[in-house]
Amino acid sequence: MVTDKPDNLDDGVSPIAFYLDRGLGVPTYLQFVHQVDYALRLGFLRAGDQLPRIKDVTRSLAVNPDTVMKAYRELELRGIAAGRPGVGTFITRAPDVAGFKQMAMLQKKLTTWLAEAAEAGVDELGMKALFTAALRDFNDGGGAAPRLPGRLEPRREGGAA
Amino acid sequence: MNAIETDGLGKRYRQTWALRDCHLTVPVGHVAALVGPNGAGKTTLLRILAGIATPTAGTATVLGYTPGSAQARDAVSAVDQTLPLYRHLRVRDLLAAARALNDQWDTDLAVQRLSSLNLTMSGKVSKLSGGQQAQLALTVALARRPRLLLLDEPLASLDPLARQEVLGWLMTCVAEDGLSVVFSSHIIAELERVATYLVVLSQGQVQVAATVDSLLDSHLALTGPAGEADHLAGQVPVITAQRAGRQTQVLARTDAAPPGWTPRPVTMEELVLGYLREPSARVLPRLEVAR
Repeated sequence: MVTDKPDNLDDGVSPIAFYLDRGLGVPTYLQFVHQVDYALRLGFLRAGDQLPRIKDVTRSLAVNPDTVMKAYRELELRGIAAGRPGVGTFITRAPDVAGFKQMAMLQKKLTTWLAEAAEAGVDELGMKALFTAALRDFNDGGGAAPRLPGRLEPRREGGAA
Repeated sequence: MNAIETDGLGKRYRQTWALRDCHLTVPVGHVAALVGPNGAGKTTLLRILAGIATPTAGTATVLGYTPGSAQARDAVSAVDQTLPLYRHLRVRDLLAAARALNDQWDTDLAVQRLSSLNLTMSGKVSKLSGGQQAQLALTVALARRPRLLLLDEPLASLDPLARQEVLGWLMTCVAEDGLSVVFSSHIIAELERVATYLVVLSQGQVQVAATVDSLLDSHLALTGPAGEADHLAGQVPVITAQRAGRQTQVLARTDAAPPGWTPRPVTMEELVLGYLREPSARVLPRLEVAR
């Protein structure tokens, strides 16, 4: 998609601001990547929007500029954002609508499963444990699971059990 | 170009070696965290690099210069816990003295910074709070426009909000001027977002020296059956292991989990604590690829 001009923004101001979740144990750069992804899915960010400027993030959150740059490189690799030298980093592409519908459908199925689990007396922690175990088995079984790039998913090649 | 480089560096105080056979290289452009238990030699190392202490053995350079030389003094600023301020002066006079003593002096930076902190120019330095003195010392250090900043826990006296604000300011200097920083800290939770290079000192020697990214990429937390822990140690380098009846948690230096072990990425905090618990484990700089 061609980059749109932001129409309703002050010069150089991003519609979103990053935050840090210290309890997560997720690398900081990946937290930023996830926050952009989330903001796109919820419509807080659109194509053409500027991401927070590196110096603004470093000042407000006291993070190393490398961390922000790393997050923006990751977003560029994923084809979501592009840097304009001397200006900043901008959203180039929002997730497509078909993806949204599919996600909604999948969530509905999961909700049905959750209701069944609750019916069977499984509590929230139990549900999470089941989901995590199933996901691990799926990955171990060499299932072509789409894996997130980055450290969240340690490399395990040819993991057929 | 290296921000700091030491070769066989040692420092003895009477019978005790505070620093022994220290080989360390930190490239420029990094924010390097210096971590280690009390008495590990952090302050001694920083004092040698700042040109305040002289080594007993070996050599050290900062930005390629001998610590304490004229070039090094121009290019390097250091702030330690004692906050080297002229306490009997008024803030205004301290700034005037600093300007007179330094060839490069950024008056705008100093004045802007101090007015944003609401420090009265006519107040005496000795009347400032510990936190304000730390802020003043840092302002003087950065108004000299150094290329390398050495910090020995100067933020310890700041309240959490001021600490966050100062770190944010420091990171802005890193982003805008390419400032290199070496700082000692006990606050491990802070390291992951601030530091790009980690140096762990233990008993006067360098235990770990590597980029944060390379360390996180080359270590995994592994969970597996307790009985397999010894077998695992034969397959991959195990830094620390916490054994329970059936399950063992292991910090290992590997990027792939052996069969039967569930991997999880490590956090900086786990990594640092793991190495601090096991002072004999090493990640030496020679093994690292240059940035």
